[in-house]
Amino acid sequence: MLEVQSVIAKRTREKQLKRSVFSTTEPYLYLLPCLLIFVVFTYFPFIKTIYLSLVTTNAVGDVSNFVGLSNYIELFKSASFINSVIVTLKFVIITTIPSIIIGLVTALLTNNKLKFKGFFTTLYAMPMAVSSASAAIIWMLLFNPSIGLINYLLKLKIGWFTSSFWGLIAVSIVSIWLNACINYIFITTGLKNIPKELYESAHIDGAGYFHVLKSIIIPYLSPTLFFVTIINIINAFQSFGQINIMTSGGPGESTNVLVFSIYRNAFFNNRFGTASAESIILFAIMLGITLIQFRFEKNKVFYQ
Amino acid sequence: MQRKLKKTCLCVVNIILGLITIAPLLYALLISLMPPDQIFTFPPKLIPKSIYIQNYKDALTSAPILTFIFNSFLVSLLVTIGQIVTSSMAAFAFSFFEFKGKKVLFIAMLATMMIPAETTIISNYLTIGSLGWLDSYKALTIPYLCSAMGIFMMRQYYLTLPKELYEASKLDGCNNFKFFAKIVLPLSKPVAGSLGIYSFLVTWNQYLWPLLVTSKDSSRTVQIGISMLQFAENQSFGIIMAGIVMVLLPSILIFIIGQKQLIDGMTAGAVKG
Repeated sequence: MLEVQSVIAKRTREKQLKRSVFSTTEPYLYLLPCLLIFVVFTYFPFIKTIYLSLVTTNAVGDVSNFVGLSNYIELFKSASFINSVIVTLKFVIITTIPSIIIGLVTALLTNNKLKFKGFFTTLYAMPMAVSSASAAIIWMLLFNPSIGLINYLLKLKIGWFTSSFWGLIAVSIVSIWLNACINYIFITTGLKNIPKELYESAHIDGAGYFHVLKSIIIPYLSPTLFFVTIINIINAFQSFGQINIMTSGGPGESTNVLVFSIYRNAFFNNRFGTASAESIILFAIMLGITLIQFRFEKNKVFYQ
Repeated sequence: MQRKLKKTCLCVVNIILGLITIAPLLYALLISLMPPDQIFTFPPKLIPKSIYIQNYKDALTSAPILTFIFNSFLVSLLVTIGQIVTSSMAAFAFSFFEFKGKKVLFIAMLATMMIPAETTIISNYLTIGSLGWLDSYKALTIPYLCSAMGIFMMRQYYLTLPKELYEASKLDGCNNFKFFAKIVLPLSKPVAGSLGIYSFLVTWNQYLWPLLVTSKDSSRTVQIGISMLQFAENQSFGIIMAGIVMVLLPSILIFIIGQKQLIDGMTAGAVKG
């Protein structure tokens, strides 16, 4: 009798143990697919890139020598790299500021009880569906010196892709066109969150539109504008399609942004070590700028 | 009276600016319908004399555009479904369970958003190469089957579901997986829709990664396809624009259909500060 009881008790304990083991591991099972993919395709490659930046490789990526920081030192001594950094920073500034202004203006223009508001939203947001490759090819035709519409409509004779100055402007215009719509979407939502009573009391006080803009709209939009600025800057640093298709980094390295330089070093010159070092430097620059922005946010951004 | 004038003015300004915004797309469409002699006239003409569809026929024979469209469609669909499934599962774990390391793991997943693509692309290329996955659908889909933004969006949504729902199902003897599959997933349709449309568009528009991991014509995707077309056809702008219109059509259609859902999903929780 006692034996049977103890066997039953043992089996019940085993069952309970299995159940509690399962219930503690259960949440991790749901996380497993994501964890696996992130580890293999985000964390591991990140570490590997850091490692690759400290070595030299052969043409297929096998490591040949450990060289410490010499890849980095060579980069900082190279005129081409310094040029890439400067071009990238120029590109980021030239694309971010107009993108945000255009996004803001278009959002303000539809921030009212207009009849065809949904239709306008579709128009202003549509570039979101367009890829950088498609945009680049279409705009290349628009910028064509002889039959392009830009030179014709604005009565200009600019050689957009033969001038180092205008080449960067052309690529920036395409990027602005691609990004302004994202700003439009986010700023429109941000505008919706501004309490209507503020507009009414300003109206009663007889405030003009620009005063309302300056003292109510912009401060209440500052979290949105901050968020949008970060997104724009990150996008600008990562722009590749337009540059690869329109200018291939030229003319004369004037559009050779860091991402393109990394691509060329790794996949045309097969210098994986140098390219990895460049991408780590790019990461550090982006991280630094983001941190500076968060520091700036503490002082200037107004939260309700 | 003044109000009506103001409103009409605003309408007109919006129409003009809106048309300017999509002007490049309209331009591509118009050029794609013109024969070469019309394209190369100066001053440039905008309205085609008649509908000229030879460009489309030539584009289809010049490059395997239908293959590209099929590839992109398959890859985008797989990635979209994959991201919805893996994000829901991870978000489910983060919303309905308590476990060791929950906070750390959540932050670790969000942190992947901070690592830019350029930093991992070289190593991922080498990994794919050593696995022998070059020129395969595996290379184009598997690295993108999970999305930190997707997990974030889904979790935000799941946290709004009432706890009583979970407790009631437990009382009914429902195990966690049944609860997930039969109750939570069907309820996630709106946020899954937003995530799905976003993932589809982003994957359809991908350029750098497909460029690196594919080299055979049969495995390339649409964005690489049209840049190949542009390179091959050079001055035949009509053919190039026809190719672009064919590639843009799916993404623009999906955008227009899912526009409201997409925008709602993108902006939920992003702007509160």
